[in-house]
Amino acid sequence: MNDRHIRQVLQYKTIGIAGCGGLGSNAAVALARVGVGKLIVADHDTVDITNLNRQYFFLHQVGQPKCFALRDNIGMIDPAVNVVAHHIKLISENIAMIFNRCDILIEAFDAADQKNMLIETWSEIAPEKPIISGSGIAGYGNNNMIAYSKSGNLYVCGDQHTEVSEDNPPLAPRVGIVAHMQANTAIDILLQQKRIPYGNNPE
Amino acid sequence: MEITLNNRQECFDNEKITVSELLTLKNFTFKLLVVKINGKLIKRDQYNSATIKNGDDVSVIHLVSGG
Repeated sequence: MNDRHIRQVLQYKTIGIAGCGGLGSNAAVALARVGVGKLIVADHDTVDITNLNRQYFFLHQVGQPKCFALRDNIGMIDPAVNVVAHHIKLISENIAMIFNRCDILIEAFDAADQKNMLIETWSEIAPEKPIISGSGIAGYGNNNMIAYSKSGNLYVCGDQHTEVSEDNPPLAPRVGIVAHMQANTAIDILLQQKRIPYGNNPE
Repeated sequence: MEITLNNRQECFDNEKITVSELLTLKNFTFKLLVVKINGKLIKRDQYNSATIKNGDDVSVIHLVSGG
C-alpha cells in the first residue's frame, strides 16, 4: 500500500488512547502523522516539568491538562485530525462511555494495576475489539528485550520486565520505542482489516 | 498433558491444572499478570477455579508499571 492508500483507510478510523503520558502522547502523535482520522484521548493529569524527558509536550505547556496540550500539539501537525480530549480520571465505570466508538484502544497508563483494570474492563465491554498495552519501558539500552506478543485481541508491547523505579527511570528513547510499537501495531491491525473482509480475520 | 504456554510447548504430568497451579509450577512471581486461556481473559479471582486442559493455548503476560 502506498502512503495515499494508507491514508484513505486510516482517515475513517478511530483510535482511543487511555493516558496521555510517555506512551500515550508519543503514540497519538505518530497516529496523527500517518493520518488516523479521529483520536479519543483521556487523561486526568497536568503537564509537569519532569515529564519533558519523554512526553510529547513543550516547556510552555507545563501546568496544562495533558489531554488538551496533546490536542493542541496534534493540531499544529495536522489540523485535519479530529482529537477528542477528555480531562477525566478513567475508571471501569466510564471507559465504555468514552471509548465505545473506537476501533482500537491503546492502553497508555503508568501504573500496572491501572493497566490491568483497563484490560479487564475492555475484555468485558468490547471483547471483539483489539486493545494494545504497553508493559516494560524503563531504563535504557536492552533493545533486544523489547518485544511484541498477541493473545486473542490483547496485544502487548514492551519488555514485560523493567519496572519504573528511582534507579530505572522512564526515558524518551525506550518509552518512545514502545509507544511507536503500539502505534505500529494499531495501524497494522486496521490496514489488515481493510485487506481482508470484515469477519474473516484469521486469528 | 501438553499445552502451549507463551508460544512454547510445555508438558505436565497432570491431566489438568488450575491457573494458580500453573503460575506456581512455572515460577511466575510478578505482582500483576494477565492470564489468557485460548484467548479468553481469566480474572484474578478465577485463578483457583479456571482449569487448563490438554491442547490449551495459554498466555501469561507481565504487567509492569511505567508509561
